[in-house]
Order: sequence, then C-alpha cells, then structure tokens
Amino acid sequence: MTHIIDRRLNSKDKSSVNRQRLLKRYHRQVKEAVEKAATDRAITDLDKGGEVSIDKADIREPRFRHGRGGRHTHVLPGNKHFNVGDKIPRPKPGAGGSGSGQASKDGEGEDDFTFNITRDEYLDYLFDGLALPNLVKENLKNADEFSTHQAGFSSQGSPEKLNVVRTLRQSQARRIALRGRYKKRMQELEDQLQAATDVDERLRLQKQLDALKAKSRAQPFLDQVDLRYNNLVKVPKPSNAAVMFCVMDVSGSMTQAIKDIAKRYFLLLYLFLHRQYENTDIVFISHHTKAQEVDDETFFYARETGGTIVSTALHLTLDIIAARYPVDKWNIYVAQASDGDNWEDDNGRCGELMQGLLPKCQYFTYVEIGGREHQSLWRHYEQLMAQHEQRFAMRSIDNVSEIYPVFHELFARKGVA
Amino acid sequence: MKAHYHSPADWTLDTITQFDEQIARIAASYRLDTYSNQLEVISAEQMIDAYASVGLPIGYYHWSFGKHFEQTRQAYESGKMGLAYELVINSSPCIAYLMEENSLAMQALVIAHASYGHNSFFKGNYLFKEWTDATAIVDYMVFAKEYLQHCETRYGVDNVERLLDSCHALMSHGVNRYQRPPPPTREQEQTRQAEREALLQQQVNLLWETVPEDQVSEAEPQVKQQFPPEPEENLLYFMEKNSPILEPWQREVVRIVRKIAQYFYPQKQTKVMNEGWACFWHYTIMHKLYDEDLVDDGFMLEFFDIHSRVLRQPAYDEPGGASINPYALGFAMMTDIKRICLAPTAEDKHYFPQLAGSDWLGAMDFAMRNFKDESFILQYLSPKVMRDLKLFCLEDVSGKSELQVTAIHDEAGYRRVREHLSQSYSLEAMEPNVQVVDVNLHGDRSLTLQHHRYQGRPLADDTEMLLLHIQRLWGFSVKLDSLSEDGKVMRSYEV
Repeated sequence: MTHIIDRRLNSKDKSSVNRQRLLKRYHRQVKEAVEKAATDRAITDLDKGGEVSIDKADIREPRFRHGRGGRHTHVLPGNKHFNVGDKIPRPKPGAGGSGSGQASKDGEGEDDFTFNITRDEYLDYLFDGLALPNLVKENLKNADEFSTHQAGFSSQGSPEKLNVVRTLRQSQARRIALRGRYKKRMQELEDQLQAATDVDERLRLQKQLDALKAKSRAQPFLDQVDLRYNNLVKVPKPSNAAVMFCVMDVSGSMTQAIKDIAKRYFLLLYLFLHRQYENTDIVFISHHTKAQEVDDETFFYARETGGTIVSTALHLTLDIIAARYPVDKWNIYVAQASDGDNWEDDNGRCGELMQGLLPKCQYFTYVEIGGREHQSLWRHYEQLMAQHEQRFAMRSIDNVSEIYPVFHELFARKGVA
Repeated sequence: MKAHYHSPADWTLDTITQFDEQIARIAASYRLDTYSNQLEVISAEQMIDAYASVGLPIGYYHWSFGKHFEQTRQAYESGKMGLAYELVINSSPCIAYLMEENSLAMQALVIAHASYGHNSFFKGNYLFKEWTDATAIVDYMVFAKEYLQHCETRYGVDNVERLLDSCHALMSHGVNRYQRPPPPTREQEQTRQAEREALLQQQVNLLWETVPEDQVSEAEPQVKQQFPPEPEENLLYFMEKNSPILEPWQREVVRIVRKIAQYFYPQKQTKVMNEGWACFWHYTIMHKLYDEDLVDDGFMLEFFDIHSRVLRQPAYDEPGGASINPYALGFAMMTDIKRICLAPTAEDKHYFPQLAGSDWLGAMDFAMRNFKDESFILQYLSPKVMRDLKLFCLEDVSGKSELQVTAIHDEAGYRRVREHLSQSYSLEAMEPNVQVVDVNLHGDRSLTLQHHRYQGRPLADDTEMLLLHIQRLWGFSVKLDSLSEDGKVMRSYEV
C-alpha cells in the first residue's frame, strides 16, 4: 500500500536553524566579508544582500582521507586508441585530465566557500553594535507626550471603562453577604414555625417569614456600589523622536572622489537610521555658498556646485530646528561632512553658530574628507571639542576603506567596542 | 487506467496514484519484494533541505548541515547543478521524494526507480539487512534530535557543537564492520540510554583506577597490560567505551553519531549495484507500461531523454569522464546479466557457465541479495560490458613522470580490468585503514593509532587537524604512525 503525502505546504525552512548555526560559527568571517562589501560595492548596491565568502580552510571538516601519492590504477572508460604498454605524460595537477581522478574525486578545490545572505542579514551585520548616542532626553519636565497605563480599579469612571468581571465579582459578594443576614433569621423562623402549635402564632410567624423572603429576594443584581472601572493613569513618555541633519559640502573644492566618499558615508548613515530607528526624520542639507534643504534623491545624485560658506548650512540647520523640531521634544543629531575648505573669515562665524547649535544637539559628528592637511575649520572645531566632549565628535576620512571603520567608531554603542 | 494519449505533462495526485498502482502491479509480477511506500511531494527548496540532511526526514542541529544546505543552494541557484530527480531513504515505510516541478513521465520514472527499485534493494541486499534497521531509523533520529536538544539546554550549544565536530571528523571510522548491532526501538533506546549512562561511567572508572587495590601487589613488578587487547578500527566505539575524559552524556552523543554512521555504511559500498538495480527496473517497468498500451509515444520519448541523460558515461577525456558513472556501470551490468541468461554467446558460456541459460529473474535476484560493489564487479563484470564501455587500466605511480596503460578491453586484459575496477570499490581504496593499537595505561595515558598505507598512499593534509579532534575526545596526547606496506613507519603525527 502506498501513501502519497503532499508536503509542499510544510515549512520550507527545515535548514534554517542549521544555517543560523553556520552564521553564528563564522560570525567574524561573515562580518569581515560584509564590511569589505560595504567598501567595495557600487554605491547603488550598498544596501543589497549578496554573496559572502569564507576561506575554505576555515570551514573544512577534516576526515581520514587518502592524500596524494602512492600507486593508483585507474580504470577509465572510453578508450579510443590506447594499447597495453602505452605511456602518457602525467597531466598537470588540476587540469582535470584523465589521470587526475583523485583530484576531482574529493570535489574540493581551494576556492572560498561562498553563499548568499539576505538583505536583512547583510544590514544586521553591517550595523551590528551601532546606536545613536544619548537618544533619550534627560529632561522630561516639558514632555507633553504621555502613555496610559492600567493602574488598578476605581469606583468612579465613564461607562466605557466599566470592568465587567470586577463589577460582577463585587455584585456577587454583596448579594451573598446581604442574604446571609436574612438566611439566619429565616432559619430561626422556620424552626419556630415547626415547633408552634397555636394557629395565630403560626400565621404571625408565616407572615414574618414571607416578609423576610421577599426582602431577601429583593437584593438588586447590580447596585451602584458594585460598579468598578478600569483606572488608567497617564505617564509622561520619554521622547525618542529623533531627527538627523545630514549636512554635506558640495562646493567646487570637493572633487568627485571626495564627494563619493561623503555620499557613501551618508548612505551608510541613511540605511542605518532606516534600519534601526523606524520613525527617525532625516533632513538633508547640501551647501556651497548657499545652503538648501533637499530631498534624498537630490542629496545623493545632484551635481550642483560652487564656492564654500559653511556657516550658511549651520544657519539653515538652526532655522529648521527652530521652525520644525522643538528641542524639548526632539533628539537632534547632526552629521556634517566636508573637505574642510572654507572662506577664512567664515570660520569664526561657524564657531559662533556652533556654540548655539551644540547645546541643542544630542550628538554632532563632523567628518573631514580628503586626506589633506587640516584646514582652519578643523582647528576651530577642535576648540569646541574641549567644551562639548559628550556630544561632539570629529574624525577624518582619507580614503574609501576608512568610511566604515570611522562610521563604526562614531556610532558604536556605548559599552560595546 | 487507459492509454494517456494527449495526456497533459502536468501531474495530479490522482494520476500519480494511478501510475503507482500500475507500477506496483508490474513490480509484483517481477517478484520485487518491497517495504510499503510513502511518496512525498515536495518543492525544490524542500529538496535542498532534504539533501542537507542526507534524505533523513528529521535530524539534529549542526552547523555543517547548514553548510551543505548553502553549498547545494548556491550550486543549484547559480545553475551549476540540477537537483536529483529523486531522493529515497532506507526506511520502512520507504520514503521517496517527488519534486513538484517534475513532469508526469518523470514522476512515474521516479516511482519505479526509487519506490520499487531502490526499495526492493534496501529490503533484499545482505548489507542493508545486516547493518541497518529500516523500521527503527526514523524513530532513532527522533530520539537523537530530542537527546541532543536536551544536551544543548543542559550543557550549552557550544559544548555540544564542539563535541559533534569531533565526532563527525571520525564518522567514517565509527563503523562496526564485523558485528551486527542490535535493533532497538525508540522507547527501548531511551530507557537503555539511562542504564548505559550509569554503567559506562562505572566501567571507565574501573579502567582508570589509580588507587592500588591492595598494598602487596605494589611491590611486585607490573606486568605490562596490553590495551586494547586487539587493534580497534571503530574509533568512535573505542572513544565511547574507553575515553578517560568523556562525561556520560558525551558518550551518548558519540554513540548517536556512530549509529548514524553505521546506518549509512552499506550505502557507499553498494552505490553501483543499488543504482544499477533501480535503473534496470525503471527501464523494464516503463517498457512494460508502454507494451500494455498504458502510456503513449510522447511519454516514452520523454522517458528516454531523462534515462539517457542520467546514464551517460563520458569518455575519459571528456568532462566528468575521470570517474565511472555508477548509474551507467550498474545498469550495463544488470542488463547484461539478463542478456547472458536469455541469449548467451560462446564467450558468456565460457565466462559465466552458471548464468548462461538460467532463469534471469532468479539470477538477478541472487546477485542483488548477496553482493556489494566490490564483489559484484568481480563476479559479474562481463567482457561485453568492458568492451561496450571501452574500459582500460591506467597505472599512476607517484614520482614517475609518465602514466602507463596496463590493460585494455581485450582477451588478455579482461581479468585485470575487472580486478582493478573491483578493487577501486573496496573499503581500503575508499577510506584509509586506521586503527587504535595501544593505550599507555600506566604512564601518560597517551593513545597510539596506526595507519596502514594502501598502495603506498599517505594520509591527506588535514590529518593534523583530525588528530586534534581525536585528542579532544581522548583528553590526552595522541600519536599516529603511518606505516608502509612492509611495516616501516613513514610518518608520525603527534598532538
């Protein structure tokens, strides 16, 4: 007898646990591969899942096997012209010729072990151990966002908050308690009734008993005192609404290579925020001599250019904060990238604006790209460093391979290396 | 079922059932004795899953299965490899997988091939009968999975993983070759496990007793106690019973891996026969279906297309020709047995006097039951098959700059070709011969292994790594001597 079972609807992921174990075991190698990919890939492919390679030597499972050497007599098919005694020069190892049966038998060349990971897994690895610093505002006084919590029950409330179970429990308790009093008395009367012989006495007792019974029955099913309402209290909610200002220099001094680095840096930031913090606002500001707020498309792909006045961008940031992101409700982050080239007399202005901007920010990062000698903007920022150590960080990126390490350094979760 | 002229290529569960009934009827008429069948329709992804677990419907967790899964998926998705059309496991009922994208003709072929061909082989061949228990394997795997999960929660996933790594490394040498293990059920297995756990630890403690039992014997000269008394080739068994450091649960895990190794042990020794047998029967059954007018010409053309692709044997100088296709060799030999029985030539009468003219069904049944690849080839490879496949021997001696043709498919060479081909399927040729020879009981507890080189072949490069795994199971230093055929130590490994 044959059973036919359609298993197509069964789980397809029988191997998923084993796969997770594989990923866990080779966590370091996979992470290295992902980080390498973050550097090597074209900017548009940065957020895709894809192939990961692990050195075959790392992943090999040893067995007792025959090695190369010794004597072999291969029996091969398809003889065309050989006769006994014919000699054939030894084929080169790995040439896959007739003589190398041993080489192809174990089927393992020296290639890397390559497999695919999904986009989610890829991004998980990429942003593993990263977080926005100081995310929750310390100051809750002005918070006007609340969450409601259940906090026991109350005897007053609006009908929609009526807690039926509690109310009925009260009702039942009340009825049992109140009837108990009559019950005792009724039992006494009944006993007397049994004992009494006089007709009048019996009538009087009967009447009393009936009255008591009526009273006992008259207990209301629900009384005002039974009603119980869910008691909800409002708890001020710490604000974790966050906004990230991406400020990028697009001036003429930024060469294509530098811009490419800046864009990669911001793209990482953009992916990171999207991935880890769903409700984060991102404001893109690009500036040359003039700053403007742009959408992500323009930010990453526009080719506008000009001179450099950094202060315009800082100014615009301050304006947008004032207009749309009240400091008491929003965690404000700024990431600025530039080649450090600025009008000499604008630097002082920048310093002043920063003094106003930094206290409003949870975290301000500045990256200088280009690998040249640091310009005066860097020196001005360095002076700010001392005062605002907690919320200000600056790094320089010299080439593409440094983007991810610098990014990782800037946003490493505190307490996690 | 009437002839399916214009039958659609797509199958339905109904058409599969009809085909199965017809195939079962035909198989019975050829006296094929099978376990009952279970056909499972699965998708390609599930097939990849099944690959990763070597076809077993259930298995414990280990990263290496994830690795096989990814390897298969990568190869499949990049188009480097097609999935096998079928996968069948030796269980009762015999579970065969039908892939959803197969056409109706393909499904019919798979049913005939796996559910009646392989199935009857599993049930009849002496190696499978002796070494595996088809009714118990699925239960045992359930037990193994549960036990290992229990260990993982109790002792940590990492500890279990490390232990399994070491056990897997010795899996090919965790097989009992000369005794039949008893076949317990899952329930028995569980109760016996608890008993074993207590008993085992006791025995091991006895062996490693260091406190002298009575003071007098101390003065007498110690007689060197040889342990193990006989060399032991089942390394996992040896570790399970004698390792000084393993905890009871670890011994049980070693045992589980050993049992599974034992279960797969007959498969690699009967590859040619098993596939040859299954191919012969799908070929025969498909033709019978056609003869009875149950399938049309289109069906048969598709069948021939699949059949010839599976059975293609490339020549030595073509890609894939460096090794013999077990399907091609097996099918050619099985078909040839029938031919010799029905229409023997003078040559056949000379080479196979016992076969010529005998009942072909009986002769094939006998061959299927009583041989493994090595002996089957030695017994049945006929000159005609050697000529058809144009087999020749090429001698490759390490160090020589030239390879030499030592025999071809002619009267002078038949026996040599046959012998060499048979030898290439022998156990020694497939796996190096490694045995435990000595334990230093009263000294540093070191373990000594010996490798006897077959045809002068050394061990592979990863042997040092392997020794670390043995050391992990043994706990003390491990030595391995690789001996040449005349007993000289060619190389020593030590950790």
